[in-house]
Order: sequence, then C-alpha cells, then structure tokens
Amino acid sequence: MANALAPQKQMTFGEGGLALTFAALAALCIVIAAKAYTPEYAFHAYLFTAASLAAVFAIINRYYDRPAERAPLTIDGKPNYNMGPVKFATVIAMFWGIAGFLVGLIIALQLAFPVLNFDLQWISFGRLRPLHTSAVIFAFGGNVLLATSFYVVQRTSRARLAGDLAPWFVVLGYNFFILIAGTGYLLGITQSKEYAEPEWYADLWLTVVWVTYLLVFLATLWRRTEPHIYVANWFYLAFIVTIAMLHLGNNATVPVSIFSSKSYIVWSGVQDAMVQWWYGHNAVGFFLTAGFLAIMYYFIPKRAERPVYSYRLSIIHFWALIFLYIWAGPHHLHYTALPDWAQTLGMTFSIMLWMPSWGGMINGIMTLSGAWDKLRTDPVLRLMVVSVAFYGMSTFEGPMMSIKVVNSLSHYTDWTIGHVHSGALGWVAYISFGAIYCLVPWLWNRPLYSLKLVNWHFWVSTVGIVLYITAMWVSGILQGLMWRAYTSLGFLEYSFVETVEAMHPFYVIRALGGFLFLCGALIMVWNLWKTVNSAEQAETAGLALAPAE
Amino acid sequence: MMDPTYRAAAEFAQTWGLAYFVVIFSCVLLYALWPSRKQQFDEAARIPLRED
Repeated sequence: MANALAPQKQMTFGEGGLALTFAALAALCIVIAAKAYTPEYAFHAYLFTAASLAAVFAIINRYYDRPAERAPLTIDGKPNYNMGPVKFATVIAMFWGIAGFLVGLIIALQLAFPVLNFDLQWISFGRLRPLHTSAVIFAFGGNVLLATSFYVVQRTSRARLAGDLAPWFVVLGYNFFILIAGTGYLLGITQSKEYAEPEWYADLWLTVVWVTYLLVFLATLWRRTEPHIYVANWFYLAFIVTIAMLHLGNNATVPVSIFSSKSYIVWSGVQDAMVQWWYGHNAVGFFLTAGFLAIMYYFIPKRAERPVYSYRLSIIHFWALIFLYIWAGPHHLHYTALPDWAQTLGMTFSIMLWMPSWGGMINGIMTLSGAWDKLRTDPVLRLMVVSVAFYGMSTFEGPMMSIKVVNSLSHYTDWTIGHVHSGALGWVAYISFGAIYCLVPWLWNRPLYSLKLVNWHFWVSTVGIVLYITAMWVSGILQGLMWRAYTSLGFLEYSFVETVEAMHPFYVIRALGGFLFLCGALIMVWNLWKTVNSAEQAETAGLALAPAE
Repeated sequence: MMDPTYRAAAEFAQTWGLAYFVVIFSCVLLYALWPSRKQQFDEAARIPLRED
C-alpha cells in the first residue's frame, strides 16, 4: 500500500487548534461588530473578523499544500533555516518605513503651514502624529527587529526557528496589530498615552502575539547547537521580555464594555504619569536601544568580517544597560506633581546611563580597528558605523537633557524633538538600513544591485538628518528662551503665538530635512527592488541559505 | 513633612538598594573579566563569523 511508503498526512494539533481558535474569534467579532457602540469600533471588529477568517483559510490551504512530513531541522548536517517569516518582515519593514517617513514629512509641513490640515479631523496633526511615531517605531523598527532577531537567533544558534505556524503568527499578527493601531488613530481611537495609544483590544491582541514571539525565540535558543548564547541574542531577549513587562504594566486598563473601544486605566493622576514614562522611556531603552544594539553586535562584526572589539565589554555593557535604563523614566516628569526624590532618582540614573551607552558605542566602532579602510569602500558599513556615532551623540545629549536645570530650558520645546530624531534617524534608522542592506542579499541570495546607490542614500539622508537636528536645536533653544523671557516689569515678554511665529523658518528647514531623508529611503527601496529581481545569483557560496520552506 | 513610609522606603533604597547594585555590578565584572574565561569569550566573539 502507498500508505506504508509515504506517511499519511495528518493535520497537526497546532494547525487544527489555531484554525478553530480563529474561527471562534471570527464568530465573536461578528457579534461585537453588530452590537458595537460606535461605527469606528464596529469597523475594527469587522477587520478582526476578516483577518480571522483569512487566517482559517490560510491555515487550511497551507495544510493541503504542504508535504506530509514537517520540514527537517537539518539538511546534510546543516541547519535548515526558516527564512520565510524573516523575508516577510524585511519587506514589510521597508513598506512601513516609507509610509512612516512620508507621514512624518506631512506633519512637519502641517506645522510649518497649518492650512495643510485641511480642516479634516482624520488628517489633522493630532491624529497623524501618533500615526507617524507608531509607523516609524513599531511598524518599521518593530519589523526590522522581528526580521533580524529571527535571522540572528537562527544563525548564531545554528538551529532552525522553533515552531511551524508560530513564527508566521508572530510576524502576521504583529502587522495586524499595526493595522488596527494605525487605522484607530485616524478614526480617533486612542488612549492618549504617548507611544501606547492603541486601546485595550489591540493591546490584548499584541500581548498574545508578543508572548508567542518570546516562546519562539526561547525555544529556538533551547535547540541551539552552539554552546554559548551569542551576545546579540541577550540583547534581543532583554528587548522581548522587557517590552512584554512594560506593555502589561502600562496597559492595565478596564474597558467600559466589550462593545466599546474606550477603557480606563486602573491607576490615575501622577501614578499613571509615572507608569506611562516608566513605559515610555523604556520603550526607548529596550525597543529602540537594546533591540538595535543586538543588530549592532551581529551585523557590524559580520559586515566588517572582524569579531566584536571586546566581548567582555559587551557583557558589562549588557548588564549595566539593562539595570540602569529601567530607572530613568521619571526624567520625563521634571517639575511636575511627581515627588522631587523620584525626579532626582530618574535624573541620576539617566546620567549614569551615559557610561554603558558609551561603552557600547566604543565597542561597536572599535570593531573596525584594523579595517578602517572599509569605511571608504563599503557604504553599508559606513551607514552602520555612522549610526553608532549618532548613538553616542544622542546618548550624551539625553543624560545632559535629563539634568533638571537643562531640562527647565529644553522640556516641551523642539529641542526634545531634535534629540529624539538624532536617535531615531541617526541611530535606529541607519543601523536598520545597514542591516537590511546586508539581509536582502543574504536572504534572496543575490548580490546587492548597486553600492553607488547606497552611497547616494547615505549622503542624501545624512544631509537630511543634519538639517533636521540643527533646525530643531536652534528652534528649541529659541523657543525655551522666549518662554522664560521677562520684561523689566516682570511680565512675560512674548506671547505664545510670537514664539510659534519665530520658529517658522526652522519648521521649513526641518521639513526639507525630512524630505531628503524620505528621498534617501526611496533610493534604498529602488536598490533593493533591483537586487531581489535580478537574475544573477550571488557567487559567495558560503552565504547561500538553505531553502526556506 | 516626611511620611514614615516614605522615610523607611528611602532608607531601604539608599542602603540596601545601593549595596544590591554594587554587589550585582561586582558579580558582572568578576564574571566578565575573570582571566580563565578569556579564551571562551574570544571564541564566542567569533560565532557570527563562522560559516555553516
């Protein structure tokens, strides 16, 4: 009998269970959509229904298409890496990146020319601003972290990614969360917490996705054939675990009803503010720093073909960073109702953070020692090294701004915006661009289409960043000084609108900087498109990947 | 006016909190800098460079 030769195909427990769970979720969401208090919430319930039904369809379809046996863990003694989810996350990261940079440019122009709000609530600055921040941080940055973490953990553990459907659930589920969050902002659904705007149901969904992410990552580490866990994985793990903790802490809300998008946080007033900035600053510390430091610790040594400058320093860097960062949040609440001692505590830990930050920066940059000439010849490596230099600069600026007297000038001004963007554009985006320029040729097994275009990308966007941050420094300090100027009679010298008028030229320069940054990213997309669609195979056999399933 | 709960918490943080951080950091330094681990760490640093 044929069955004796080939094992009979059977639906796994995971496939069946997940399909049933999604079917149940679809049924539940139909009911919620029907009884929803607002049309916006009904729209989201319908989105959940459609996505759940699509998931059921995809799982069953995949079952019929797949071979009877699960993909082997190794082929000819080499790990059979699972790069499908990595490819997906890489492509969608670029999509969200362009979207996020574009919305950033639009809101920069809205600030310079308010008429561009068009008096439409859906595209007013207040709704587009969280769309921009979430698109660049969570959609672009998040997908870069998903892609690189799934790539790095497999390669450095020399093991196939754990789970069959789970990695796909993580990347698709995360991007569905982004869709819910983004459409929610445009429709006016928000819990009004910076970087934590999505409402309770989106938060619950993200919790499920994130726990699965943690389990996939841990299970992959568990099956590693390399005895030592490489330092990049430590940083990824710290990022995943801490983000889970922050997300749960800052979203401890009680919904008004299951049929309403509105929820209330269990703590109120200054306690809520403190938890929010414990969350907010550690989103910077563990999402935008620890996660991207993991990228630095893998991709810079890989690209420079040299081991990291000091592995011992990387260990000290890791522990010092994670122990100090978690306390720095209160510096966002200087001169508020937060007790003085808590403000001082936040300031002190922020200043101490300077040391591990610079330790990490030195470790990243010095990895090039003996290979400095590559900076001249390899623009991809240059992108990554400049990103580490920006990391050094913004982690010097940050502690300085957390000092109370400096903060009394800088807080609530554009200086903060400039500081954030030197970190976000210079550090986070550049290390991501560098990693993607490495990843795409490795994943698709093609040589990069053009290094010359990378060079153009680098210079165009660097000019953009410099215009952006210098404009914001001048604008912010100007704004801060105008706010605190008194006349000889003790009255405020300037009305608020006078400060806004004075900042106009800098807003225009900032928008120009943002435009250049977007142009650079578009050059990148073109370059990657040509790379993936070229017929030529990469010659470096060593980098050839085992076929993805 | 200082709340006694606050004073107790502050005292605890300023003594045992400090000691905790010093001890933890010393452990990290000892672990990372212990001479006999040099070779192990040098090898670990080469993990990304080894092809499979």
